[in-house]
Amino acid sequence: MLAKRIIPCLDVKEGMTVKGTNFVNFREAGDPVELGEFYSRQGADELVYLDITASHEGRKTFTDLVKRIAACIDIPFTVGGGIHSLTDVDRLLNAGADKVSLNSSALKNPQIIEEVAKNFGSQVCVIAIDANFEDGNWICYLNGGRIPTRRTLFEWAAEAADRGAGEILFTSIAHDGTHGGYACDALRELHRQLPVPVIASGGAGTMAHFKEAFLQGEADAALAAGVFHFGEIAIPELKRYLSGYDIPIRI
Amino acid sequence: MEVAIIKYNAGNIYSVECALRRLGIDPVVSDSPEVLLRADKVLFPGVGEASSAMAYLRKHGLDWVILNLTQPVLAICIGMQLLCSHSEEGDADCLGLFDTKVRRFVPQTDGQKVPHMGWNTLHNLRGPLFKGVDEGSYAYFVHSYYAPVSTDCVAQCDYITPFCAALSKDNFYATQFHVEKSGAVGVRILENFLAL
Repeated sequence: MLAKRIIPCLDVKEGMTVKGTNFVNFREAGDPVELGEFYSRQGADELVYLDITASHEGRKTFTDLVKRIAACIDIPFTVGGGIHSLTDVDRLLNAGADKVSLNSSALKNPQIIEEVAKNFGSQVCVIAIDANFEDGNWICYLNGGRIPTRRTLFEWAAEAADRGAGEILFTSIAHDGTHGGYACDALRELHRQLPVPVIASGGAGTMAHFKEAFLQGEADAALAAGVFHFGEIAIPELKRYLSGYDIPIRI
Repeated sequence: MEVAIIKYNAGNIYSVECALRRLGIDPVVSDSPEVLLRADKVLFPGVGEASSAMAYLRKHGLDWVILNLTQPVLAICIGMQLLCSHSEEGDADCLGLFDTKVRRFVPQTDGQKVPHMGWNTLHNLRGPLFKGVDEGSYAYFVHSYYAPVSTDCVAQCDYITPFCAALSKDNFYATQFHVEKSGAVGVRILENFLAL
């Protein structure tokens, strides 16, 4: 049976893992390669490595870091941040990344999704969406949650999937860093509307929040950063907990 | 031991290189017929699209080389599909080593997603590749096309329909899942292959 995935996210700035609260304030949380190896041994199902400052400052994702991560860990990982072209995608996949996550660049130029899917396959193309619930609508944001757009979550996610995205990684900006739980209603709506897997992101604070993301939000995977980096939740314990609720989990 | 990885227009070959290095093997990545034919073990990995991959293999004469390999060969993911007779992906005629046709997953009910992506369980394990691997072990899959269960099937998985997670015939071994990304289970399978 296909397992629900637990995905630690390694937000990286200047070579160090950081975790933002509502995307603005950072605390340092260690070396991304060491953390990747640690999580792999702990039973993480996948890793996401995001160069979170890339689109804001126009920097390229650190290919060398991706190579080091690929050399050390034996589970799949996704990289994101500052990916604007097929050349960027090719470089990162060749450095050992399994998937690339596109966010702002896809919102600005949706055509890139088709290009990535056509050249490398849908399975490498993760579309990350940062959205905030405002006046009855989930508004999509650019540049790490800094700039609102006219696009809304459900129609953009549907278009992205239609253009060839292999997965949707949805972060609720208001939930992110709050430790108050995932945006389960929006997750469930996404799951029901989309033909591709949905990754829940933003808001994990307790093990029960992961359970809710899977059972109420019907997410295929749940991503978190701070609760793992600071040891607030241990992955083996989390997986045993979820198994206890008959959620299919790789142990 | 000389281990060669077939170089062609598919992605993610570097991950397989890394997995071998972690086991103390320094593989050579090559499209040279001489290098591939004389290696002790050959890996045929990759992530890509079937029709363009086949076109590339034919253009570079690698189709002939692959079919003439006599040492143990391990094909992974798209490599496995290319060893089958045909793929619905781009309506591609493939190498035909395994007499089975690769089909696209068709969701049967709402909520079934394609690609099949993530960790799924292996069943009905047979043969040396799975020595010491428990029934129900998890392996990492990422694919939209699958080989139906057939006589050459040495491991099964179930997603939408039961399908073939691994194939084996003579000196050829093939897995749909990513051995190089399947944690400790993948390491064991890779070690088993290298010990053949």
